[in-house]
Amino acid sequence: MKKLAYFVLLTLLAVSCGQENAPENHTLHPDNDNGGLTLPEGFSALVVADNVGRGRHIEVNENGDIYVSLRQNDGNRGIACLRDTSGNGKADIIEYAGEHTGTGIKLHNGYLYFGADSAVVRYPMQEGELKPGNSWELIARGFPQEGQHEAKPMEFDGQGNMYVTIGAPSNACMEQMRTKGSPGMDPCPILDYAGGIWKVDENSLNQHYLEDGERYATGIRHAVATRWNNQVGELYAVQHGRDQLHQFFPEMYTTEESAELPAEEFFLVTEGSDFGWPYCYYDHLQNSKVLAPEYGGDKTIQERCENKKPPIMAFPGHMAPNDLLFYTGGMFPEKYKNGAFIAFHGSWNRAPEPQEGFFVVFVPFDGENPSGDWEVFADGFAGTEPVNSTGDAEYRPCGLAQGPDGSLYVVDSNKGKVWRIIHS
Amino acid sequence: MRINKIAILLLAVALSACGGKGNSGQQQSEPTKQTSGNAVTETKSASADMSNHPGKKVYDSVCLACHMADGSGVPGMHPPLIDTDWVTGDKERLIKITLEGLSGKIEVKGEVYNSLMPPHSHLSDKQIADVLTYIRKSFGNNASEVTKEEVQNVRNDS
Ligand code: HEC
Repeated sequence: MKKLAYFVLLTLLAVSCGQENAPENHTLHPDNDNGGLTLPEGFSALVVADNVGRGRHIEVNENGDIYVSLRQNDGNRGIACLRDTSGNGKADIIEYAGEHTGTGIKLHNGYLYFGADSAVVRYPMQEGELKPGNSWELIARGFPQEGQHEAKPMEFDGQGNMYVTIGAPSNACMEQMRTKGSPGMDPCPILDYAGGIWKVDENSLNQHYLEDGERYATGIRHAVATRWNNQVGELYAVQHGRDQLHQFFPEMYTTEESAELPAEEFFLVTEGSDFGWPYCYYDHLQNSKVLAPEYGGDKTIQERCENKKPPIMAFPGHMAPNDLLFYTGGMFPEKYKNGAFIAFHGSWNRAPEPQEGFFVVFVPFDGENPSGDWEVFADGFAGTEPVNSTGDAEYRPCGLAQGPDGSLYVVDSNKGKVWRIIHS
Repeated sequence: MRINKIAILLLAVALSACGGKGNSGQQQSEPTKQTSGNAVTETKSASADMSNHPGKKVYDSVCLACHMADGSGVPGMHPPLIDTDWVTGDKERLIKITLEGLSGKIEVKGEVYNSLMPPHSHLSDKQIADVLTYIRKSFGNNASEVTKEEVQNVRNDS
């Protein structure tokens, strides 16, 4: 029945449209309640789709077609493909493709690159078709089997290179995983194969990331939010800082301190950068990269952390930055131009304190660096406050994309709700 | 319809009275969700009062960080401890998970998890018995207690 409906729709489309199907901005009507979001003055939002699956990241093609990577898959449904045929902004065709599940998703050179947790693959895009073709190719492989921090986002520099975060399957490189009293391994052997960003060729097939690629930057515990900034030609990443300071060192950190520390760090990732994980963490209250307690730290001494690269901005702890986007569109006011949007997924490691950070923030930029403080841009995803348990949040922002008209898209990870934020 | 509206009004008043900021836009637009969300918290009373149980102390300092104060877990990451067979079913399996940790794909209430739980063999038999009794009788669960002898037996077997 559904299939028939799609068929009829598609046929109608094919018959009626010889022209572009890129939706025109003036026919967009924001939802009365902005899809539940609170936004700065002048902005509004509409819900593109309510429930596409467990969404992770999102891409929007030049014709307005939308692709969402999914975390759970019941049979060739790792990518949700959305199309709006009427121009009102609502997706009226939703199809599924792809046998992989994961996080990274990027349209690049006629392919849909996909960061499955264990490999990066690419699906061919097909002229005029919503769904990518089935015949995927393996680009990068050999990633460690990870039960934590397994997301694999990837970025392209426009010079033929692809950058993949390999998150550390660890909290603080303790000898025994997340166990009180277990010391930090020194040197941390994980850094040889994870806890950094690796660079591989974007076109060569079947590359082993360790043998055929090179480590571009290290000391990054995990960064799901990464973005190549085309304006300045540099890579940026926002790190998930370490957890559980109070649980492992209750005599040193109160539950309040452990909720706030360490900072989630925003990095300008140049070649050879070392940001210090697991030996160091950033304390945004002292503005200092300090030695981690597993390595003899006392909350203030720096020692080897003096030489680690500091963040360009620091956010309160555990808010879980899951996507980063530099805004280059023409729709939003001038202040947003080339600035950064960051989707925070919301915390779990602030318990027993309330959970925080179920929102999208904006950071103004001037050239390579922030030019002002961060501010909450889109809020209201959780639908309740305070959020005592992470599961109380109805929606959690996880992915960001910019549409061809300059709209900002946000996807949620609980149900796969997709919003389109516009300015008028 | 009218009853529904009154219920929402009451709810909103109650929410603002206890200091919750709430999200008025959401409440107006999705009344059904709000009410059903509230119903969940109200039916959570099958458990005995465990607030003074010694297992609560262990839970709060060891398990709460991942499984949350109300046992609801973290979506896609840490499974819930509410009404799951892992918690209320076979005690030996439950003791083993606590001692040895757990990894690999598991399904809990229709959701697949593929993460890692650390081992907790550093806790004493009594602490483990207490915390497992606590979770089996909290969060709406109502299963039999776990004794320290049972923990000791599993520990000695492995
Ligand atoms: C560091 C986080 C963490 C801590 C601390 C932790 N757990 Fe878990 N727990 C997990 C994860 C992750 C899983 C699922 C593992 C998998 O996917 O294979 C799990 C699974 C379980 C399960 C089986 C599945 C279910 O939800 O019923 C039980 C029971 C459980 N944990 C109890 C406990 C108890 C009791 C404690 C404290 C003694 C505890 N956990 C501490 C992360 C944690």
